[in-house]
Amino acid sequence: MFQIEFENQDTVVGIDLGTTNSLVAFMNLTKPEVIPGEDGDKMVPSVVSITPEGDAIVGNRARQELIDHPARTVYSVKRLMGRGIADVQDELKLFPFRIAEGSESVIRLVLGEKTLTPPEVSALILRQLKKNAEEALGTPVTKAVITVPAYFNDAQRQATRDAGRIAGLEVLRLVNEPTAAALAYGLDKRHEGIIAVYDLGGGTFDISILKLHDGIFEVLATNGDTHLGGDDIDNLLLKIALEDIASEWSTDVSHSGEAVQTLRASVIRAKEALSFAPTSTIEFAWHGKTYQREITRELFEGLIRDIVDRTLGPCRDCMRDAGVTPEQIDEVVMVGGSTRIPMVRGAVEVLFRARPHTELNPDEVVALGAAVQAGILAGTVENQLLLDVTPLSLGIEIYGGIVSKIIHRNSTIPASAGETFTTGVDGQTNVLIHVVQGERELAKDCRSLARFDLKGIAPMPAGMARIEVRFLIDANGILNVTARDARTGLEHSVDVKPSYGLSDEQVEAMIEASIDHAEEDFQAAQLAGARVDADAILLATAKAQKNDAWLALTDEERQAITDAVSRLKLAHNAEDHNVIRAQIERLNEVTHSLAEQMMNTAVSSALKGTKV
Amino acid sequence: MSANCWNCGGSVSARFCDACKALQPPSRDYYAFFDMPRQLALDSKDLEKRFYALSRQLHPDLFSRKPAREQEYALEASAILNDAYRALKDPVTRALYVLKQEGYDIAEQGTKDVPPELLEEVFELNMALEELRDGDEDARAQLQSARHRFESMRDQIDASLLSQFAEWDASHDRAKLDEIRGQLNRRKYITNLIARTDEAHVSD
Repeated sequence: MFQIEFENQDTVVGIDLGTTNSLVAFMNLTKPEVIPGEDGDKMVPSVVSITPEGDAIVGNRARQELIDHPARTVYSVKRLMGRGIADVQDELKLFPFRIAEGSESVIRLVLGEKTLTPPEVSALILRQLKKNAEEALGTPVTKAVITVPAYFNDAQRQATRDAGRIAGLEVLRLVNEPTAAALAYGLDKRHEGIIAVYDLGGGTFDISILKLHDGIFEVLATNGDTHLGGDDIDNLLLKIALEDIASEWSTDVSHSGEAVQTLRASVIRAKEALSFAPTSTIEFAWHGKTYQREITRELFEGLIRDIVDRTLGPCRDCMRDAGVTPEQIDEVVMVGGSTRIPMVRGAVEVLFRARPHTELNPDEVVALGAAVQAGILAGTVENQLLLDVTPLSLGIEIYGGIVSKIIHRNSTIPASAGETFTTGVDGQTNVLIHVVQGERELAKDCRSLARFDLKGIAPMPAGMARIEVRFLIDANGILNVTARDARTGLEHSVDVKPSYGLSDEQVEAMIEASIDHAEEDFQAAQLAGARVDADAILLATAKAQKNDAWLALTDEERQAITDAVSRLKLAHNAEDHNVIRAQIERLNEVTHSLAEQMMNTAVSSALKGTKV
Repeated sequence: MSANCWNCGGSVSARFCDACKALQPPSRDYYAFFDMPRQLALDSKDLEKRFYALSRQLHPDLFSRKPAREQEYALEASAILNDAYRALKDPVTRALYVLKQEGYDIAEQGTKDVPPELLEEVFELNMALEELRDGDEDARAQLQSARHRFESMRDQIDASLLSQFAEWDASHDRAKLDEIRGQLNRRKYITNLIARTDEAHVSD
């Protein structure tokens, strides 16, 4: 009777799957809220470690493993999403990734005895976030909105969606991080205006310019650099420290994973302190030796000037593409931990001639926005709508390796384009279409997305076949291709060979392999849910016992309730949710008459005009 | 145009079924999609208002709890809405769309042949570009003034296009479309020339 009946609605969570940290948030009635992990920390470091038993450790505990067992542990895996080994040569110089053979189209990371792809590693992080949410909300979580850098290409987006699927999440939408941040700020209270979102995260930089119109957030243009972020600042400081140490101690510690990770942690602490103090110190102790180096803000700013400047070019290009001048920009929103750096804030203020918003925690704002988008999809948030754009032009390779652009960058998505293809020689039965993403003239300079094979064309003279192909970029920024035979009007099969990333079969196999975990997770969620419900009914009963209605019950009735309460309290620690549920049910039954009495008391009090 | 609703079978004449409110397969004609007659002169504020209103009805976000088939239609409809808005809000792409719908072949044609009245300009531009490549900085000023001339030519074309748009809207006279098509070819040629002067970094 005291149980609250919720409308059977699935909880959709919002997830910020970050380079450095990941967060999960949900809509708590009307307000987005970040869900902390079991250690109470809202940020789950995007670090994964594999134990010798083959289990995964994620988050803060894995961060310790980074020092103790660097060969079993990986961080910043987002940098590898949707990439092949040729793309990440620069990363490999700076990050201790151990890459297995056969990583041309999908990177395979060696972690202890296991070999995992970046989507699988990301799935382990997502699974942890899912678990955190399930335990906090007391309900299974199967649907999510996940954020991605606005400048992510198709393969990187697909890899993120694959990670969600492997983690047992239906990814209802991929949302661009800067756009999510704009949602989180609730800037819709402003009726009309132009907003710039400057997002300098751990590994990526994004700039988006949006136009606000009565709750519609229309992205006008986006730009960025998927290889620029706080990690780069860490690497600069790390390099200095390693050089110092090499000359002071005459030993090169850069080959020891443990030493580098310990030093990196110290470098990050020193960097973060500099946002609030004029000087800070990098400290490092190793095999009885100690190293100390004071860093002044002046030195730091000289060091990072180049990185800060590299963000300004994309900002100017973005304003040009959006057709706005700095004077027209009404609000500037800052996202990402690196925007705490005073020099970054200063540069942004000078460029946009507006004081940036920093009210929300720049580490949390993306997750909060993802939760708002989850609310939009679940139907609980009304009158707000995101109209996002595709960051890169979509093209097809034509004769001479030239790209013919069919959907231009900064086009509002969903967007589509139709092209008709024919055969070049008599009797040809298939046509191969190479789709690329990028702004360059030649296909070889763009990002190869996939090759689509139109098979089974009836043999006929050259140029007679007419296959209409429709390219559609959906609201996630992911390409869908369909084909139709113009003569017969029938759907034509399209065989897709993605240039980078996992095939559908591979993803299915990974989902299969993770099912047993899913069962465990489901049990844990059921248990958490039962405990939440038990707490609710126990609290309601305790309150009712203070009500006048309690005294109106018979002694037997009161005894039955007291018994049921203590039984439920005992069952509360059981590991089987069915045990708890049975006791909830029992307490629910014996409190029927108490609830009725309370209703009567409430009614009679109301009649007397007294307050209950 | 009337058809039967895919969901309830009732007859439908609008975007949504009157009876069951299900979204119907979208029209692919950009003007029909915006519930507007085919006209070349458009009020951009009015178009924007229609775009926002339709986005609030059709965006896939609003269909995530609907049947898969309706989600497909919402995706399709939103794509057409965005494509249509992009094409119609710019006068040049709008005119190209109308030409195509009226049966013109609008593939990259005619832009390779120099319009006769521009022959001399193009010749001088090529000379100046070559001089600049050879290190003659004086050519920079020459290119700059060429750029200004091209820009004013483009502005003239844009002005005359606007009056031609109004004339076609009033008459739907095919001869007007031929004129517009000629103007668009010339405009395309001139914007290419402007882009070439930009390549030599002589803008502003």
